[in-house]
Amino acid sequence: MLSKRIIPCLDVKNGRTVKGVNFNNLADAGDPVELAYRYYTQGADELVLLDISATLEGRETFAKVVEDVARVIAIPFTVGGGIRTITEVDKLLKAGADKVSLNTAAIQNPALISQIAEIYGSQCVVVAIDAALIEGRWVVVSHAGTQTTNLNQLEWALKAQEFGAGEILLTSYSSDGTQAGFAVELTAQLSSNLKIPVIASGGAGTKDHFLEVFTNGKADAALAAGVFHFGKIGIGELKRYLTKSGVECRN
Amino acid sequence: MKIGIINYGAGNLASVINAIEKLGYKTEIIQQSEQIINVDKIVIPGVGHAGRAMMNLNESGLANALKSSKKPTLGICLGMQLMGKYSDEGNTECLGVMNFNVNKLDINLKIPHMGWNRIEIAPNPLFTGIPNNTWVYFVHSYYVGENKNSIAKCNYETSICAAVNRGNYWGVQFHPEKSGEYGIQIIKNFIELCE
Repeated sequence: MLSKRIIPCLDVKNGRTVKGVNFNNLADAGDPVELAYRYYTQGADELVLLDISATLEGRETFAKVVEDVARVIAIPFTVGGGIRTITEVDKLLKAGADKVSLNTAAIQNPALISQIAEIYGSQCVVVAIDAALIEGRWVVVSHAGTQTTNLNQLEWALKAQEFGAGEILLTSYSSDGTQAGFAVELTAQLSSNLKIPVIASGGAGTKDHFLEVFTNGKADAALAAGVFHFGKIGIGELKRYLTKSGVECRN
Repeated sequence: MKIGIINYGAGNLASVINAIEKLGYKTEIIQQSEQIINVDKIVIPGVGHAGRAMMNLNESGLANALKSSKKPTLGICLGMQLMGKYSDEGNTECLGVMNFNVNKLDINLKIPHMGWNRIEIAPNPLFTGIPNNTWVYFVHSYYVGENKNSIAKCNYETSICAAVNRGNYWGVQFHPEKSGEYGIQIIKNFIELCE
């Protein structure tokens, strides 16, 4: 049986790790290469690096960060943030990333998913879906949560799967950075209807939140940032807790 | 000692090269069969499509060079699958240095088989210092079943062959370069102990 995966996520802006609440109010969380190495040695199963720099200069710095991270870790890692073309994908994979994550670009041009899948394989394409709870109902948001779409998260996830996505990274925009718990029902809805793995993200605050999203939420993996960066939960202690609670983890 | 890394188009060579160079060995990316003479051991890395990979290896003459080479060779993931006779992926005739076929995973669990799974290992120099039931990282949708060259297996609804060895050829279905410290140890074992 596969283990459930614990995935720390590093939001990188101009070469530094940052973390915010609901995608805003960024606080510095350190050097991404050092942080990536620390999570690797602590037993992280994978890493995600998201480029949130808005400038060309920032994006160049990110490619360098990817290269440096690839040199110090021996676990898979996904990169994302503003990827729109095969050329960018190729550059990041050559820098040492294993997978790329698409968000707004996949919504605007779903064919990009199949183009990447055909050249590099489905295992290379993660489609990130940000969902927000608006007036009691979940909708997909784009452009880092600033725009509402008319997409239903399940229909969009099924379509992404059909286009060749290898994984879905589902972020609850409404709980991101709040540490109030994952969107468990939403995660379960996607996970039980898809053939591809679902990574739950947004809202991790306690070890029980992880346990809940793996059991009731049926998540294949759980991603978090703040609780790891600021030392609230250690990866080792989290995995020991999950294993003791009956969730298969790599220890 | 220099390790040749076979380049057959789309594939992430960076992580394999990083892992080998971190162990203190030199690497050379091999695109033409004449280059094989420059290296002591060969790694066939593994991301991509079997049909496209074999087309590329046949066109460059690398397929024949790999078949007749006596140098220790390690196939990773697709690289291991290419060592068999035939793959369902693109109905592809493979290198045939081992007598297995590659089939599409036909199971109820999620596909690809992606993530960390445990391997049951048989004694082999490749696994020196590796405990039984070690966790390693897999990503694949096609698989090799039980066969007489198998030296490791894992369970994912069905029994999946996780490693093979015949003569100077070794193959691993998982990604040792992505499997943490034990994965790195397996690469080190291939370089230092597999002859």
